[in-house]
Amino acid sequence: MRNYDLVVIGAGPAGMAAATTAASQGLNVALIDEQRQAGGQIYRNIGTPVLSDERVLGPDYYYGRELARKFSEANVDYLSNATVWEVSDSHLCLSIDGESRRIGFTRVLIATGAQERPVPFPGWTTPGVMTCGAAQIMLKTSGLAPNGPLVIAGSGPLLLLVACQLSRAGIEIAALLDTTPKHNYRAALKHLPGALRGWRYLLKGTRLIAELRRKGVKPLNGVSQLNAVTDEDGNLTGVCFRHNGTEQTVACSSLLVHQGVVPNVQLTRSLGAEHSWDELQQCWRPTLDTFGETSVPNVYVAGDNAGIGGALVAELQGQLTATRIAMQAGQLNAEAFAHMSRALQTQIEQQLAIRPFLDQLYTPAPEFLRPADETVVCRCEEVTAGEIRNLAKTGCAGPNQAKAFCRAGMGPCQGRLCGLTVSQLMAEASDRPVPEVGYYNVRSPIKPVTLAEVAGVHPASESLQADS
Amino acid sequence: MPTDSNFKRLPANAAAEVVIWVEGKPLKARAGESVAAAVLAAGLGPTRTTPVSASPRAPYCMMGVCFECLMEIDGQENTQGCMTTVAEGMQVQFQRGIRNVPEVEDNA
Amino acid sequence: MSAAAKPGSVKAEVTVIGGGLVGLAVARGLQDQGLNVAVVDEGDIALRASRGNFGLVWVQGKGDTCPEYARLSRLSATLWQDFANGLAEHTGIDVQLSQIGGLYICLTEQELEQRRIMLEAMRDAQQGDYPFEVLDHDALKAKVPEIGPTVAGATHSPMDGHVNPLLLMRAMVQRFTDRNGQLITTGPVTKIESNPGRFVVHSGDQVIESSRVVLAAGLGNRELAPQVGLSAPVSPNRGQVLIAERVKHFLDYPTGHVRQTGEGTIQCGDSKEDVGLDTGTTTDVMATIAHRAITMFPLLAKVRLIRSWGALRVMTPDGYPIYQQSEQYPGAFLVTCHSGVTLAAAHAGPIAEWIASGVADPSLSLETFHADRF
Repeated sequence: MRNYDLVVIGAGPAGMAAATTAASQGLNVALIDEQRQAGGQIYRNIGTPVLSDERVLGPDYYYGRELARKFSEANVDYLSNATVWEVSDSHLCLSIDGESRRIGFTRVLIATGAQERPVPFPGWTTPGVMTCGAAQIMLKTSGLAPNGPLVIAGSGPLLLLVACQLSRAGIEIAALLDTTPKHNYRAALKHLPGALRGWRYLLKGTRLIAELRRKGVKPLNGVSQLNAVTDEDGNLTGVCFRHNGTEQTVACSSLLVHQGVVPNVQLTRSLGAEHSWDELQQCWRPTLDTFGETSVPNVYVAGDNAGIGGALVAELQGQLTATRIAMQAGQLNAEAFAHMSRALQTQIEQQLAIRPFLDQLYTPAPEFLRPADETVVCRCEEVTAGEIRNLAKTGCAGPNQAKAFCRAGMGPCQGRLCGLTVSQLMAEASDRPVPEVGYYNVRSPIKPVTLAEVAGVHPASESLQADS
Repeated sequence: MPTDSNFKRLPANAAAEVVIWVEGKPLKARAGESVAAAVLAAGLGPTRTTPVSASPRAPYCMMGVCFECLMEIDGQENTQGCMTTVAEGMQVQFQRGIRNVPEVEDNA
Repeated sequence: MSAAAKPGSVKAEVTVIGGGLVGLAVARGLQDQGLNVAVVDEGDIALRASRGNFGLVWVQGKGDTCPEYARLSRLSATLWQDFANGLAEHTGIDVQLSQIGGLYICLTEQELEQRRIMLEAMRDAQQGDYPFEVLDHDALKAKVPEIGPTVAGATHSPMDGHVNPLLLMRAMVQRFTDRNGQLITTGPVTKIESNPGRFVVHSGDQVIESSRVVLAAGLGNRELAPQVGLSAPVSPNRGQVLIAERVKHFLDYPTGHVRQTGEGTIQCGDSKEDVGLDTGTTTDVMATIAHRAITMFPLLAKVRLIRSWGALRVMTPDGYPIYQQSEQYPGAFLVTCHSGVTLAAAHAGPIAEWIASGVADPSLSLETFHADRF
């Protein structure tokens, strides 16, 4: 088993920055990533950009080139196309091309970023309904854009960004349905003074909206009761919603939805690290010390899976946590560390100033957090919100008991697309706060892996492989 | 199977072309892209039906989270199309409901 | 359905401590006797053997050093079909009971021979009434064509079967609450006040008063039993279980290590570790279980693992159950065992009758199962 001072999981901005920083401090580092190229979702495919017109994705995307270049020059063992399916506090198991092996470490930094918040609404499983993030990934990796009547619906900065990027590419948007609840605007105002320190983000946001208006895309605000409409063959034909008290339908063959992003906590949960409920972001986040160490010694977190902060914060957190690790590994003295960490922390605080405002403004409408009874919440096992509510009302103690009773969370996505919703529904139905209701127990394997691969990491099999 | 795609390719930097076989038909894909993207670009799908109710599904998140893009790729059923890069000659079938019992090659 | 009880004070004729398969089976039987029953259970995160087990209704090989236990297991297996029918009738939930016989697969000739010797001795102890057959590789392959080429053989007994343990739990909870059972999920029981004919059970902010109390709290019985004048020297033994994706149906028979559920998922398990109250999984044990499963069924090599867990068996020093009424506080009963699925039908039947009436059917030989034997 190969051993490293530090293993970083995830090659987004946090992971790339952390690995680069740690290697520069003399640590023996490996970086493991699921994709074929470093960059994470934000800088997906940045090594070989696809679109010939760089204006479509804009400078924030191509900023990642420099980060990826520095990383490629760092002395790091970079394992791409590698899926981590188990992590302990001293080793992990990963799968590459259908073969699994173990890697040992002194410390591990989990930088697995965010996933889009599940957006359950009636009809969200219909082919043709995708997430805004998915559309952006297709732009970045294939130069592929929705063609034909397109509706974009939801709430959040990424919604506006993707709408802008698509319209820059000449894609017509039939309707932009903004589901941000009206009272969010008022609630967010109290955070505006603090947010002014992050004025660059505010400016970016208003510029996106102005750009959309110039292109003739006028968001419909205060939209609710989203519903995908299909023909008798199950094909997506439109989206139905309420606006200003009337029900409306817009025809479309593609519907992109979005309700913000949430930390990917599968690995930290599987390690048994402590997590807390973030009421403002309506998601779980691992409990961390100032420098990103979890409640499990030697396990660290940086980037969006520490709590949503965005790409620049992720990069800074990656540097900060790696610096901390270098000091703990004896590669950096306390004085140098204090100096470096102070500078990084100041920048992080500056970058995070906008968050309370954004989080308040883009808190999803209740219908997406706790959908109507007929809505499928577990897409894999096809369990409805009504069934979860019913279980909660009849004394089912929490999400794990509910999972055992109705199979929600037992399918191949392993609860990634229903976990938040199930906890929210049970909290609502049993009149308890979400943190009291809790979350699924997350265990190995973190991603599905063949039994042959699991069998292959047996010490006996591994030594056989080494001998052969 | 619908043939007019809900997606179109934007002007792109040059890249090699790869031919994959989807449901027995050849399909030109861009080297480096995922099977899921190539299939969507060609307007093919739904790419699976569920084992529970046989309801049709298609790629949803494109980042390995939702497992809606499960297909049979080079003989391996329930493979994530969005996490698999196209390769010349790759054989892709849609996943229809519950997976079959795998065949064992060297069973005595 | 009655909702979960709110904080306060509850009265019942019998309080069952523990809402797992053992507690709920006893509670069902007591309800059938016309008694008003409260079940006190923990919350979502607890040591739950009932959520982690293999779903076997298993007889062969059980009680090799205790004929009374062998008889009890078999009795329960014969009562199981009626038990399952009753659940389906009342709840509409089919718990997927199949009793077509079970296979204990042996990888080596030596293992198969040891197994044959053990089962023959058990047959002798039951005066020849203990059906099983030893299958060599070819005979096993005739029954299960998917068996691996290196497997030595198996023992087969028509007494064995399996159910879906999660649907079983769900059906039992539903039936209990449908019959106006009070399910109180306020957490572990912190104290039992024992008086002759009157017991007061404290759980969280809830107080439950009853004239009888049944301890069915699994590993929790260890702390609770002394409070009613009994002893429950139980300790945990961890089993890790792997669950693979749904595959088209290929395996009818339950085996001791691998079975296919009604949904098509593949369950692999049967590790045994003494690790205290740790319900985690470990790479080495998972790899061992996966390796053995593939050796038994090579087609599983390409099937994907989706979930895994560790669950704690509730083991007495000899592995056999404890059934005992307190002499010091009559009305207090201890029911603890490791085979909550297999024995569920017996617990809902003759065991519940014993608790309801205070008199045990002599053929059960319950005195064999007193904790005094330790």
